[in-house]
Amino acid sequence: MSSIALGQTGGGAGPVNTGPGGDPAALSSQHGHPIGDIAAMVARELRRTLRSVDGLVTAFAIPVCIMLVFVVVFGGAIEDDGRYIEYVVPGILVLCLGFGAASTATAVAQDMTSGTIDRFKTMPIFGASVLYGHLVSSVLRNLAACVPVLGVALLLGFRPHADAASWLLAIAFAVLIIVAFTWLSCVAGLVLSVEAANSVTFVFLFLPYVSSGFVGTDTMPGWLQGFADTQPFTPIIETLRDLLGGVAPGPVFWQAFAWLAGILVLSVAGSMLLYRRTAAK
Amino acid sequence: MHQPVIEVAGLTKSFGSHHALRGVDFEVWPGQVFAMLGANGAGKTTTISILTTLLRPDAGTVRIASTDVLARPADARRLISLTGQFASVDTFQTGAENLAMMCRLAHLSHRQAAARSAELLDQFDLREAAGRRVAHYSGGMRRRLDLAISLIARPAVVFLDEPTTGLDPRSRAQLWSVVRELAAQGTTIVLTTQYLDEADQLADRIVVLDEGTIVAEGTAAELKGRLTDRQHVEFTFQDARSFELARTLAPRADASAELLALRMPATAPVETIQWMLALAVEHDLGVSDVGIIRPTLDDVFLSLTGAADERAEGVAA
Repeated sequence: MSSIALGQTGGGAGPVNTGPGGDPAALSSQHGHPIGDIAAMVARELRRTLRSVDGLVTAFAIPVCIMLVFVVVFGGAIEDDGRYIEYVVPGILVLCLGFGAASTATAVAQDMTSGTIDRFKTMPIFGASVLYGHLVSSVLRNLAACVPVLGVALLLGFRPHADAASWLLAIAFAVLIIVAFTWLSCVAGLVLSVEAANSVTFVFLFLPYVSSGFVGTDTMPGWLQGFADTQPFTPIIETLRDLLGGVAPGPVFWQAFAWLAGILVLSVAGSMLLYRRTAAK
Repeated sequence: MHQPVIEVAGLTKSFGSHHALRGVDFEVWPGQVFAMLGANGAGKTTTISILTTLLRPDAGTVRIASTDVLARPADARRLISLTGQFASVDTFQTGAENLAMMCRLAHLSHRQAAARSAELLDQFDLREAAGRRVAHYSGGMRRRLDLAISLIARPAVVFLDEPTTGLDPRSRAQLWSVVRELAAQGTTIVLTTQYLDEADQLADRIVVLDEGTIVAEGTAAELKGRLTDRQHVEFTFQDARSFELARTLAPRADASAELLALRMPATAPVETIQWMLALAVEHDLGVSDVGIIRPTLDDVFLSLTGAADERAEGVAA
């Protein structure tokens, strides 16, 4: 250890800040800096994703693989009218958005297990900045992940009929999906261990299969049909399918919206409460 | 300085039926290194969590630099920093990036941040490693980075919760020297530890916590002084004849015939030594060695908490 020279930290102001009026840095931090604080947290999360092979594979490679499996491998068997790809792409997109959002649970759980959350909570920063950082980076990451998926879909023959307005609506709807599922994952991450939080992704990976996303629910056994018709992924995927197909979504949109808004409100409330209450695990 | 920087009074906290704190009071003066010593489950981390705004007590008051921590936690956070039991640095960022992020969160300008980061990297001997990801750092380097980050905003009080738990002896010694130099610069430091030698080495003032109450308070020397009855003088003799003769002269002493040594309790060790050496001259005894055995903080700790430890063993986990 090199020696710490006395007064080296001094630089005009004394080494000890005895109060908010003590030095300029403390003065400047008297007001909240929500945007700056959240931006720092977003940068942190983007680094976390971009620097782990795991994170990159999860975010970008897996969605494309799922697309290839369904269209190239299963497509031929399921197809009866040559347009299965139009049917399945919205399902795959929603599956990818949910799956991508769910990886937030693991990241939040990691923060909770290390001392990071305690450090942030004892700093004079804007409230739950760290959670907003997870949220914003999840939106950016998942929208970006849609690009290669859609690209591959187009190469394979996907021809969406949406006009510009429908595309905008579809993107806005996708953002709502990501936001709702990311907050839900935050709750899971705040409550669960890292290992358990990891398994949240499997829920989002498999639940869409039991919906109208990949095959019509009328092909499923009766006892499963009831579940598949009522679970949130069915109206969510059908809404996106309508939007991408250039069809005005009917009542199914309101069902989807109600589900997502409900999940969002409860998850935000839950996350805020848990963030304040929970000490590090 | 005429006023304590930390004033804690009547702190209680229960988790369900478990009483983590049963009325804790203490004061810390500016520039002090204040150690809370106790076994697992004694209430150290609970106390630190309350003082650093992470946890609200059931009752009691906490003031840091005259700020009411419970009423104005946001203000209190400008005065403190916490370095917890686990290094809170991101392994996926480099040391420099971790520091830069925290400077940003401390609301330093770009110029201030660059200067402060460079200063801290030098101070903590991390300049060479600054560009490497923390995933490749040793445990000691992570703790040093963690500590460096906690000093960005020049806090009035630095809280260190078990700062050397899990470190190898060399990293531990390095961290001790960092803490000492911080203290030398006038930073007030509150640390918790299970290691008596750590409190002995670093602290100006020690409180011993046991089952949520302070069972002893003082400097290391004062605490050891409470156990003068555990102070001994040990004489080693050159031959069996001297040993046997001395043994008859001091029948109260513990004798070890193998080592030719006598150990006797001594509240006034110098007088005991003079007495024995006078006898040695008088009876022509060959004394090869004399030593004073003072109680260690371990002895103090065990005498204060020994009985409680066995009871608490289940709770500690």
